[in-house]
Amino acid sequence: MELIEVKNCYKIYKNGVTALADFNISIKKGDFVFIIGHTASGKSSLMKLLYREEKPTKGKVYIGGIDVTKLRNRKVYKLRRKIGIVFQDFKLLNKLNVFENVAFPLESMGIKKTEIKPKVLKALEMVGLKEKIHSFPNQLSGGEQQRVCIARAMINNPKVLICDEPTGNLDPETSKEIMKVIDNINKEMGTTIIMATHDKDIVNRMKKRVIVIEHGVLAGDYLKGKYKANESI
Amino acid sequence: MKVFRILVRNIKSAFKSVIRNFSLSFASIICTTITLILVSIAIIITANVNNFTKDLENDLTIMVFLDRNASIDDANIIRNELEEIKNVDSISFESKEDVKNEMKNESEIFNTIMDSWTEENNPLQHEFSLKVKDATIIRKTANQIKKIEKVDSVKYGEDIIDQMVNIFSVVQKATIGIVIALILVTAFLISNTIKLTIFSRKNEIEIMRLVGTSNVVIRLPFLFEGFILGIIGAIIPIVITIYGYMIIYEKTGGYLFSSMIKMIKPFNFVFQVSILLLIIGAVVGMISSYRSVRKYLKV
Repeated sequence: MELIEVKNCYKIYKNGVTALADFNISIKKGDFVFIIGHTASGKSSLMKLLYREEKPTKGKVYIGGIDVTKLRNRKVYKLRRKIGIVFQDFKLLNKLNVFENVAFPLESMGIKKTEIKPKVLKALEMVGLKEKIHSFPNQLSGGEQQRVCIARAMINNPKVLICDEPTGNLDPETSKEIMKVIDNINKEMGTTIIMATHDKDIVNRMKKRVIVIEHGVLAGDYLKGKYKANESI
Repeated sequence: MKVFRILVRNIKSAFKSVIRNFSLSFASIICTTITLILVSIAIIITANVNNFTKDLENDLTIMVFLDRNASIDDANIIRNELEEIKNVDSISFESKEDVKNEMKNESEIFNTIMDSWTEENNPLQHEFSLKVKDATIIRKTANQIKKIEKVDSVKYGEDIIDQMVNIFSVVQKATIGIVIALILVTAFLISNTIKLTIFSRKNEIEIMRLVGTSNVVIRLPFLFEGFILGIIGAIIPIVITIYGYMIIYEKTGGYLFSSMIKMIKPFNFVFQVSILLLIIGAVVGMISSYRSVRKYLKV
């Protein structure tokens, strides 16, 4: 059974821009998939369909067998609790410290403080930031902030981790560290990873399944290690 | 327990937001305060006018004088007709004989003059005195009575009563109008405050949505915030109502302008008004923030 399926999806925005056209992909549980393409190729639109920030104009998106396009707006939070999302701009709350930022999803779910603490510590340990729990986001480097974001995304033990250009704002060295963290999550916890990126070095080095989008159309779907990016993507 | 934890968290966050956006919250609170003070004054005036008109209404009497040649039998027929008029509350009858006896008791001179009057040549008139249920249509009722056969004249202090009833209904309508307008202004201001809070917390709201916070949990703090603004805004008006009314009542001895206008006793009344103010503050706060949340918080 496929964990994620996108079937005949079209996304046409109100201003007439077609972001995706007749798009089909399916992703198995435990896969690590890169989504690559130029700027404005439709990567972000695809990501947004997956976490139901946007609805396709036409077509279906299944996650864990559930058609998320049919999900009502007020039920979307149930989906979001089952997937983790990592953003290029981290989206951390600056007035909360690291611990509070990671605990944020659990707190808003009304979970007991005594249950929250071990979960947060575990997640921070996983990304190697346990010693910085009292720091505030503006006291952290970009790489550290991204790790906090990953810890927050993983706090509910999601089956899928959606990463929208997580290394977009980071230097190559830090990017490598972040990729190591994400790869470990995939290997150790079996979390399915879907990652949109621009970074050809990462794609070449990681040797994972690669889906190429060009002008909103599926331009290529390369199995593990078959893709080699020569030109810039 | 879970619901309780979410609730506590939201109330806390609402309080934090009130403090964080203090200047904005302060403006809403001041506006609510001013409005509620005026609302309180309006309620007090309306309630007192109502009370006073009711007193007046209870005292209103229509005197009906019958033709001089009307007999007791005629009076009985007229009584039946009067009873059929809806606005008539109670009827009491005095025959000319009763009136004569009453007057005779009043002075020696009357006594000697009236002694010579017999039933046939008694120049006095049989009379009915009536209480009405609704003073505002007293003129109509009086006219209705005038049409009854063998009724000579109907008296009820027409002009004064008419004027008073008119003034009171104008005062009442005006105060109600002003109160509604003020409540709308307050609602608009609170809803604007909440709108700005929503905008200032856009980032936080977006993150909440993305990490799977339910809509209710996202929206609740804003509703609580409106509620809190309304409640805080009601505190000063309540204090002013309780003390202000008590002081006025004491200073005037419970009568306004003349001994005719009696004020409502402060106890219970001021507390009823206070509770009403609190409810108005809370409800207006909640409804206006709900409006903003519905309009500007797309989740």
